[in-house]
Amino acid sequence: MGIFQQLISDIGKLLSRYGGAYLNGILNTLLLALSATLIGCLIGFLCGILQTIPYQKNDPFLKRFFLKLIRAIIRIYVEVFRGTPMVLQAVFIYYGLPYFTNSAIRFTSVWAASLLVVSINTGAYMAESVRGGIISIDPGQTEGAKAIGMTHFQTMLHVILPQALRNIMPQIGNNYIINVKDTSVMFIISFTEFFAVHRAAVGATYLYFPSATVEMIGYLCMTLLASFLLRLMEKKMDGKSSYELINQDQLVMTAGTYNYPAGQNVERR
Amino acid sequence: MGEQILKIRHLSKAFGTNIVLKDIDFTVSKGDVTAIIGASGSGKSTLLRCINLLETPTGGEILYHGKNILDHKTNQPQYRSHVGMVFQSFNLFNNMTVLENCVIGQMKVLKKNREDAVKNAMKYLERVGMAPYIKARPRQISGGQKQRVAIARALAMEPEVLLFDEPTSALDPEMVGEVLDVMQNLAKDGMTMLVVTHEMGFAREVSNQVVFMSDGIILEEGTPEEVIGNPRHQETKDFLSRFRNVPNVQ
Repeated sequence: MGIFQQLISDIGKLLSRYGGAYLNGILNTLLLALSATLIGCLIGFLCGILQTIPYQKNDPFLKRFFLKLIRAIIRIYVEVFRGTPMVLQAVFIYYGLPYFTNSAIRFTSVWAASLLVVSINTGAYMAESVRGGIISIDPGQTEGAKAIGMTHFQTMLHVILPQALRNIMPQIGNNYIINVKDTSVMFIISFTEFFAVHRAAVGATYLYFPSATVEMIGYLCMTLLASFLLRLMEKKMDGKSSYELINQDQLVMTAGTYNYPAGQNVERR
Repeated sequence: MGEQILKIRHLSKAFGTNIVLKDIDFTVSKGDVTAIIGASGSGKSTLLRCINLLETPTGGEILYHGKNILDHKTNQPQYRSHVGMVFQSFNLFNNMTVLENCVIGQMKVLKKNREDAVKNAMKYLERVGMAPYIKARPRQISGGQKQRVAIARALAMEPEVLLFDEPTSALDPEMVGEVLDVMQNLAKDGMTMLVVTHEMGFAREVSNQVVFMSDGIILEEGTPEEVIGNPRHQETKDFLSRFRNVPNVQ
């Protein structure tokens, strides 16, 4: 029992001195992960739409050229940012920009730099997830939209992406949870998220294990909350499993509707 | 005979080296109900999909009110909004309710305001008997109901021609009737229709022009009495003899 009392008292010591810092770290981590995931999703969806613009052999040369160019650029972006560690990307961009521009362009805040790095990293993963999501939608949906005269962008915006979004919700959840944890590498450009607080606290107190315990619990709470909220969102997106029949006029009733009085919910799944 | 809406001239389509349509010629005039019949793989569906530009023809012309829609200046989405299509697999938008399915095109393509679009959608949903179901989602209704909504969705765009690609082939037998009834009513009201179908009864009773396709060409065309009642080619006779419920066929 003694060792647990020791742990609890150590944690108490840590929290009394660094409680505010831990909390601030959690806040920064959540804020960065959430905003970066949202921006990453936008990048992903944009890449998804651009990548799937159809072209045919007999389209004008310029159109085909630009569409191929766009696909090549997206391909390179995805491969580069998916294929290198985020910690290196942070260093590369944070120190690289001033290096190349003779310090004319430099990040005034680590916040902006971290947001940029995590966003484009997430975007690279999301681009592929969105592409998968779009492919998974029955081509008949696209044909149905085209047949009533929708353009590619209208079809994507109103028909394909809402369905793709539902299908890739688990992927978005994955990315968000990965971001909550992986933003910890942003300490490399001295962004003070949750893990950076651990480094500061143990540097002064040498309480490695108690602080790690606080961190473990903190991260787990953040990710569990995220999982729960995502499930809730998915349920909401699925809509009601029943619907209401609307009979204003008996004359409009047709075969198959007579069994159901007005307003009664009909379960059919 | 009304004015000519669609004139198809020397239309051909190949998928790689596989030639699916060869030198197709025919005309659709206002008020025509044209049934396209023929064995599976004879190119019926491809022809319909070419007319709606879901497939790009490899040769020939499609004249819509005298203008070739296959040249690059054509605004394809705009053209498609004048030529409605009903699919074998319904293709209702799964992320929308029945009402939204019929409203979205009017608002986004025809730029109508929501109020007008809903009013118009309800008019056609009532006509196909699906008004009570406006709040349902496609996964919650039966195949026949889905197809009736799909017809209402196409009608709500107020197209000049309506293309039907085997609209009853994916339905359970007891649901075929409700869809054919809706189509028959449309034909009675003067809608111009182009119907790929295996329903010989429908082709015979409702259409005024029958096109028999075989191996990518139009083998026979004429009135239902001519093509179904008194076919000239042996191939047409063989095809029709497989439908026992059609009288006057040896």
